[in-house]
Amino acid sequence: MPKPSLKKTLDRLSSSKPIKYGMYSTAIATFFALVLLPPILGIAIKWASMQEIFGQPELVSRALDAIRNSFAVALVVSAVDLATGVPMAWLIARRKSRWINILDTLSDVPFIIPTAVLGYSLLLYWNGPEGVSALFGAPLLSQGWLLVMALHFTFSYPVVVRVIVGALLDYKKEFENASRTLGAPPFTASRTVTFPIIKPSLIAAFILAFSRSISETGATLVVAGAFENGPVFIQNMKNELATGKITQPVYDGSIVFASFALVAISLGIFVAIRLLGPRFKLPTQRVFPSFERKISYSKAASSRNTVTLIIFVAIVVLPSLFVTLPAFQALFTDTLPRSLSGTGPWGEYWQSLVLSYVLAGTVTVINVIMGLPMAIIVARRKLGKFLSAALDVLINVPLVVPSIALGVSLAIFWRQSIASFPEMLLLIFAHVAITYPYFVRSMSAAVERVGVDLEEASRTLGAKPLGVFRTVVLPLTKYSILSGAIMVFTRSLSETGATLAVTSQLRPVSVVLVDWVKHPPPQVTPLEIGLGCGFLVLFSFAILLALRLLAKEKGRY
Amino acid sequence: MPDVRLVNVTKRYGKLVAVDNVSLHIQDKEYFSLLGPSGCGKTTLLRLIAGLIRPDEGEIYIGDKLVNDEPPEDRDIGFVFQTFALFPHMNAWNNVTYGPKVKGFDMKNAETIGHEVLEMVKLHERITSFPNELSGGMMQRIAVARALAAGAKLLLLDEPLGQLDAKVRNELRYDIRKMTKDLGLTAIHVTHDQSEAMAISDEIAVMKKGRIMQVGTPQELYMAPKSIFVAHFIGESNFLEGYVSDMDGSEVTVELRGGIQVKVIGEAEKIGEKVALAVRPEAFSMQKKARKDGNTMTGTVERVTFEGTNIRYEVRLENQDMIVIVKPSMIGEWCSVNERTSIGFPEDKAHLFKYPDAGLKEEISVE
Repeated sequence: MPKPSLKKTLDRLSSSKPIKYGMYSTAIATFFALVLLPPILGIAIKWASMQEIFGQPELVSRALDAIRNSFAVALVVSAVDLATGVPMAWLIARRKSRWINILDTLSDVPFIIPTAVLGYSLLLYWNGPEGVSALFGAPLLSQGWLLVMALHFTFSYPVVVRVIVGALLDYKKEFENASRTLGAPPFTASRTVTFPIIKPSLIAAFILAFSRSISETGATLVVAGAFENGPVFIQNMKNELATGKITQPVYDGSIVFASFALVAISLGIFVAIRLLGPRFKLPTQRVFPSFERKISYSKAASSRNTVTLIIFVAIVVLPSLFVTLPAFQALFTDTLPRSLSGTGPWGEYWQSLVLSYVLAGTVTVINVIMGLPMAIIVARRKLGKFLSAALDVLINVPLVVPSIALGVSLAIFWRQSIASFPEMLLLIFAHVAITYPYFVRSMSAAVERVGVDLEEASRTLGAKPLGVFRTVVLPLTKYSILSGAIMVFTRSLSETGATLAVTSQLRPVSVVLVDWVKHPPPQVTPLEIGLGCGFLVLFSFAILLALRLLAKEKGRY
Repeated sequence: MPDVRLVNVTKRYGKLVAVDNVSLHIQDKEYFSLLGPSGCGKTTLLRLIAGLIRPDEGEIYIGDKLVNDEPPEDRDIGFVFQTFALFPHMNAWNNVTYGPKVKGFDMKNAETIGHEVLEMVKLHERITSFPNELSGGMMQRIAVARALAAGAKLLLLDEPLGQLDAKVRNELRYDIRKMTKDLGLTAIHVTHDQSEAMAISDEIAVMKKGRIMQVGTPQELYMAPKSIFVAHFIGESNFLEGYVSDMDGSEVTVELRGGIQVKVIGEAEKIGEKVALAVRPEAFSMQKKARKDGNTMTGTVERVTFEGTNIRYEVRLENQDMIVIVKPSMIGEWCSVNERTSIGFPEDKAHLFKYPDAGLKEEISVE
């Protein structure tokens, strides 16, 4: 009798309840052990050190101001992102034109550019002598809170656009058609029918933009100047410890205090939004027929589209890509050959780039393996309705933890557990924790879209659980797996805050670029900085293009 | 009250011609059905009238007004969707009063209309229910009420009963027709169910591959189909192939396979022309003794199916053609399997068609 193949053996084993429960338990245990608990427990371990900061009222006041600034920026920026991102998403989802594909791709630009590069690019655009300030004779936005808000608006914008475009593409247009046949002009139809129906996606977009703003560190460090929000405060404490301005206990106390406050308040806001959001009703009862009719048709619609595109180009795309300008200049000097030869600072640059890609690749593989079973648990409610919903909420925790706080907490936790914890492993764990929700969110939504009846049909035809996954679920979700994997990869590549918190020896490219911008070594000129950023943008675009080409068969999504 | 005219209307999706040069006139207050197989263009035509899509060529008039450039909200229509399309975030009352509100009706007026239409569809007690709390039949009645409450004079229904079970479907179709007649509306109803169309329509347009094959009353379509497709799609028909052997005024002699000669009333081009005869199953007579007059053939009964009201016989003719005969079960003697029987049909109950170039199978195909 021929030996059964490995595939058949694994399929057969997947029917076994102990194996199945073991797999799901491992996925949940790994999530708690690697993603959820370390950031929280790291803070808990050093809890007592908070006493040190309470003895210094000035420091407490400074920390509270920083935390307040974080939330103020996040709340304002998320609201503005929603207000400006929704019309853009509407344009992308509803218009049929080749140019829309270009707009669609461009709207992802800020998301995939490493945050440190993004910060530098915005600084050049708004503040530099060759930027938009040149048109006005003086810097438009100097380093400080206004530039920080512009930055946070820019990198949260694609998150909002992507979520709302997905919602509009999934949304059944028949509801809007029904509204139009009943006499509602397009604006009324959108306001009273479409937006209430996609409200969960509006809430999700707001939460994602908010948490992106709260957690962002790398780019903020570049543009903040004297402005201090939570992540900047934590990094400044690290710098002050290095210069001897504060002691280790004070440093520990201040970062635990700031991290805990950021995490706790973020979670509180997050839970409040989730609980109150569904009860919040958009205004649909009152209509204003003649006014809404006026703003529905061509002139008003054209004006709206024009303003949307101006904001998109002038405040999102151009600032994001502005860093490539010095890169073009560098092409015509000896900077390019010097960069390619690896001399001077470029040796470290290329090493850091390789390190970044190895790190991102490793993190992606780990997240796909860990995240797939978790996505199924959440999507198919394997733990029952209540527990699965609770797990669904907990998966989002790393999204709202500021990346620098997450990094600090992770470093504390693992170093407390194992004295000389390898730095590379710490880096991997930090990046896994930060990027895990992106993959699981994307994957669980995709699994939910696969009808249970398809899986049932497969089972009645004799397929074992693993076979059902392999032959039905996987083919129908492969583009979401790809999309989720690419989000993880690019997010890891762009991650700066947690990276700064956990590393002292290893220097991924995001750390190198932050150094070049904030404390440039003597041999690093602006052309070099531009070229270094340009290489990173180029590689990021290549990844985005690969995503578009691979996803081409399924349309944009 | 509007009539609806379509003049040479065409709609393409890339290379596919969904609606192919259609001209149609639907009278004021008429209950008109667009009937055809899936993919024939009937829903596309309805959506063109509604303004949800625009024609590539041709003109659409509602009343005397050319509406090609008018958006749906300005065409004064009510549309009932196959999927109901009830707004999930609004209860029945808010769904029904949505149209009057967005059109700027006075609030009191809107409420009065809302109550009236909900009484009409007998769902007044469910006004606070949300769509996910209603059955399919209830949702469809709310959808109809919503379309009526908007005050439109032209009601467009896109397979409104397609999602419902048979019993509810049979009840609701008459209710919808009655409501539109009581309100004096013009209605255009899309369906693929011929019994539904035949039961409630004043006139029906049969469509195939984007084209109108025939427009007529249910009786006209059934009794006098003008094409093989209509003869096959409406009701049931047996098709007998043969050649014209003689013509005498309107009486045409056709030689079927095996040399069987039959006479029919119809028009042929020339002797020797290949033709197809369509004969309804109920038009045949069966008797055990050989017939001597009229069109006669012999055959052997191969299958007998009792269908309650009728008996259905599958009979192999002497020339090996297979036909279906349907007889009332309460009248006459029954034949049994393997019994030889003499079969006839009246001259004027057969429909003579030129044999299609593409073949019979292709002509009656619904794809």
